[in-house]
Amino acid sequence: MKEDQTRERRAFFFRAQGLTVGYHGRPLIREMEFALEKGKILTLIGPNGAGKSTVLKTIVRQLEPLGGTVFLEGKDLTEVSQSGLSRIMAVVLTERLRGEWMTCEDVVATGRYPYTGRFGIFSEQDYRIVEEAMELVHALDIRDQSFCRISDGQRQRVMLARAICQEPELLILDEPTSYLDVRYKLEFLSILQRLCREKGLTVILSLHELELAAKVSDRLLCLKGERVYGYGTPEEIFCPGYIAKLFGIETGNFDEENGGMELEAPRGKPKVFVIGGGGRASAVYRYLQREGIPFAAGILPRNDVDYPAARALAAEVLATEPYEPVPEELLRDAERRMETCERVISCREHFGSLDRANAGLAAYAQEKKLPLEYRAKPADGEEQWRRSS
Amino acid sequence: MRQRRAVRAIGSLIFLTMGVLCLLVCNLCMGSVKLAPSELWSGLTGGGTDAAAGMILWEIRFPRAIAAMILGGALGLAGYLLQTFFRNPIAGPFILGISSGAKMAVAVVMVFLLGRAVRVNALTMILAAFAGAMLSMGFVLLLSRRVRSMAMLVVSGVMIGYICSAVTEFIVTFANDADIVNLHNWSRGSFSGMTWEDVAVMSGIVLITSGAVFGMVKPLSAYQLGDAYASNLGVDLRSLRTAMVVLSGILSACIVAYAGPISFVGVAVPHLMRGMFGTSRPILLIPACFLGGSLFCLFCDLLARMLLAPTELSISTMTAVFGAPVVIWIMARRGRERAG
Repeated sequence: MKEDQTRERRAFFFRAQGLTVGYHGRPLIREMEFALEKGKILTLIGPNGAGKSTVLKTIVRQLEPLGGTVFLEGKDLTEVSQSGLSRIMAVVLTERLRGEWMTCEDVVATGRYPYTGRFGIFSEQDYRIVEEAMELVHALDIRDQSFCRISDGQRQRVMLARAICQEPELLILDEPTSYLDVRYKLEFLSILQRLCREKGLTVILSLHELELAAKVSDRLLCLKGERVYGYGTPEEIFCPGYIAKLFGIETGNFDEENGGMELEAPRGKPKVFVIGGGGRASAVYRYLQREGIPFAAGILPRNDVDYPAARALAAEVLATEPYEPVPEELLRDAERRMETCERVISCREHFGSLDRANAGLAAYAQEKKLPLEYRAKPADGEEQWRRSS
Repeated sequence: MRQRRAVRAIGSLIFLTMGVLCLLVCNLCMGSVKLAPSELWSGLTGGGTDAAAGMILWEIRFPRAIAAMILGGALGLAGYLLQTFFRNPIAGPFILGISSGAKMAVAVVMVFLLGRAVRVNALTMILAAFAGAMLSMGFVLLLSRRVRSMAMLVVSGVMIGYICSAVTEFIVTFANDADIVNLHNWSRGSFSGMTWEDVAVMSGIVLITSGAVFGMVKPLSAYQLGDAYASNLGVDLRSLRTAMVVLSGILSACIVAYAGPISFVGVAVPHLMRGMFGTSRPILLIPACFLGGSLFCLFCDLLARMLLAPTELSISTMTAVFGAPVVIWIMARRGRERAG
């Protein structure tokens, strides 16, 4: 029986069993159960103050767990010595590293600490590892600059290099991408993925960027309230409506499928009818949202690229089943709605031979002398667009 | 870059060592009885013609210079430890009130024991100073948990210093006239009147303590990154902190017991050394702060003796003149960095 348990623990590189975390003896999250295989990435997501940092601080032993155990390769983490742990686990925390009078290279070099001797003298190998780590995060060009004088984004990359230098098996990162611009966000996460694949590094991190969390993570741990809110693969977690519930989103919309976010839809009776489809209408929807004009979005198959934005922003969406002909009554319905609107905007001039429904709608509007405009790209120049309307 | 830094470090160390040696020679040669450097050797070995000069050299100037060197080094190192401990560039034994605490304890012991006609030996003085230093340190530690700001910590330290000085004054009013003279000279801070026995004891204590500090170079290098990163690197924070407090306490106590409170050396020297070496690596800064402190104190003691000779200035007068501007400079720099 006991052997079985041990074997089960071994199967996972990292395992939290009944872990309760909190500050000053007051539990914040109780009895967490999660596990991770070697070489995988676990991301903690959840609203501000849900306890992501608290969980990470407990794992890095900055906080005592209030109950339960963390196992690393089947070994109780509390039984591993602090110096033994420093060769297994490296951290990038939100807490600023103090680097007065230190160059970036000096900071990276501190990662070699667990491997140097009594006085911390570096061998040639240590220098080589430091250089390789800096090269990996593209920080070689700032190696001689003072750590206090570089940007937050550069600092974050230097901190990653430092952690890599420590040659850990487990890497803990607390909101590592917060200060990075989009290029370095992608690059940072790509480096993590590469380390996982090539060196079998296991990563536990917290992220605010849900769209990135959905893409980089092998497992997600959702935190909200006293218990774990959800734990699973991105496919399991990012199902429609889940994120809105997890974060209590009331204004606006998060699309789990593509990670897109839309602001709150203008409410009320539609004043504009938008004929869309094929991705040409999303920008028009957003323009109308900015102007606060409620609108109806016209006939879209549910798999159309315009559909997520329409669903999030339109007061009414006239949608059909993909790959099926548009039902006659939906078409009539669309025509009736068009007549009650002040304006009709068609985002397309050519409908192709198979989209009879929208072609019909445009023709109907023309025939009935409805105020019809053709608008494909309002991004072309909003000024011009407004003048013609 | 690596090479350039190595050259800079070695160059700076050589410069400091040479400086200490030169000033040592100056301290031995200069004074009311002037000696040429060439006369030094014969004076020391007693082979010279002038026996009186030999006496002055061997019994007065030499122990005094060595004491300034050893205690100056101790001051630099104590300042370095305290600055690292509090992660505060203007910490130092004098500014944080630790010297004043030690002074108070020594005054208490001196007045009460001398009043009972008991001869006070050096070891008792050091122990008393250590107890006083730890008392002040305890208060500062308690306060540092409540106040996070660097300036507030320093202000609290200065206040503790004032309280201790007030208590010392209070005790002095109850002392005999002879004691007061004794105490007054000492409490102004001076390297005068050192015997070879004093030098032997202080060298033993300071060198052993400094060796222990040097033994901590590696954990200190991790500690200065911040608690979270240090403990992730495997540093036992609790024992390291205890060691830093005790060692800086011993160093401060030793200085106060022998030379009285000496201001600003502890704050200024570590900062000057960081600038000179362009790094915060403890493996370089620990020896640098020791040498820098020695240099600073030898220089100040020389000026204290020579400027208004034959009247002698107190050593703190000189250290304040050269040290205080450095502290002001640090604060201005910090302010600018925060603004920019």
